[in-house]
Amino acid sequence: MSISRTLLGLLENEPSYGYTLKHRYDELFARTKTLAFGQVYATLGRLERDGYAEVVGVETGEGPERRRYAITTEGVAELDTWIRTPEPATAFAQSTLFVKTTLALLSGRPPREVLDAQRGVHLARMRELTKARTRADDIDRLAVDYEIAHLDADLRWIEEASERLEHRDRAKNKGNRP
Amino acid sequence: MTEDPRALLRADDLRLAFGSTPALDGASVAVERGEIVALMGPSGSGKSTLLHCLAGVLRPDHGEVWWEGRRLDTLPERRRSAIRLERFGFVFQFGDLVPELTLRENILLPLRLLRAPRADFQRADDLLDRLELVEVASRRAAEVSGGQAQRAAVARALVHRPGVVFADEPTGALDSVTGEIVLTTLVQLARDHGSSIIIVTHDHRVAAHADREIVIRDGRTTAEVIA
Repeated sequence: MSISRTLLGLLENEPSYGYTLKHRYDELFARTKTLAFGQVYATLGRLERDGYAEVVGVETGEGPERRRYAITTEGVAELDTWIRTPEPATAFAQSTLFVKTTLALLSGRPPREVLDAQRGVHLARMRELTKARTRADDIDRLAVDYEIAHLDADLRWIEEASERLEHRDRAKNKGNRP
Repeated sequence: MTEDPRALLRADDLRLAFGSTPALDGASVAVERGEIVALMGPSGSGKSTLLHCLAGVLRPDHGEVWWEGRRLDTLPERRRSAIRLERFGFVFQFGDLVPELTLRENILLPLRLLRAPRADFQRADDLLDRLELVEVASRRAAEVSGGQAQRAAVARALVHRPGVVFADEPTGALDSVTGEIVLTTLVQLARDHGSSIIIVTHDHRVAAHADREIVIRDGRTTAEVIA
């Protein structure tokens, strides 16, 4: 995901300090990993260099100066293009789970163990999200439902792959019988 | 076999064949009081057969089913039927309400069959209220939507405060939003009453409402995933 375009999107709401942006980002999007302050300031610097954001105020005090950023007209146009451009559909086609299962299969390790272990982890997370869902507000609900839908897709693949491998093993066992 | 005093319902090494086709081939389950368990597996894996054995509807060829510390599967049908009526609740995929009766009458059915005191009838009205069915309570089951019928089926399954509710694909015939409402209500009400639920489902989103899932493949329970 593009952090620079996401920060630009948050900046469109109102001019903000890096500190505020980081917290808003974490609140909305950082489900697993929060944003580092260094990354926020470096990104804001690049947005300013590219003409998408500008400094509209500097606050000096005891610590380092605080720069307040606003989105520019070019920034709004760029953000608009980014939001309206669909993501490539292949974004989800490669996952570590798929790679591990394939490698297990190629190396003679039991792939079913990989799949079974993952399904346990996925289901535990899904249970957690299903509980969280009942007390979620609209924005949280979007995030929770998005994650549930993706876990569900993975789980369906896990079931299908397990069944396919089981059929294959059964056919192989039948073939080996004298 | 170890005696698990916490288990409300327990099955050990169930085997059952329909003709020469094995439906259960070593299925074991233990459900604790108030626990919600999802029974998952591919089509034809024996999920529904296991549910029917646990509920005392089917008798296994081999193995034991224990309910509240008593052997269930060896009881004569009349006794099993009485336990089903008194202590079990059922929700099926298609509601299975009596079409000629109103929703309220359908919900009252278990209480009438149990000759429950009239004071208990208030529970049916409480459930109608809680499931937002008051306005359609006097409509016949055949005249309401699938979602309303299924909510009434949930109420009927819980009205006599059963120890366990057996739910076989309870949301399988509903759209996802209606299914979610039915399921959330079923789980919430069961938790309030301390009833256990065993849900047969192939849908992980449904299973995620449970405390734990039991996987069955080729008639064998293979894994218990604890939350």
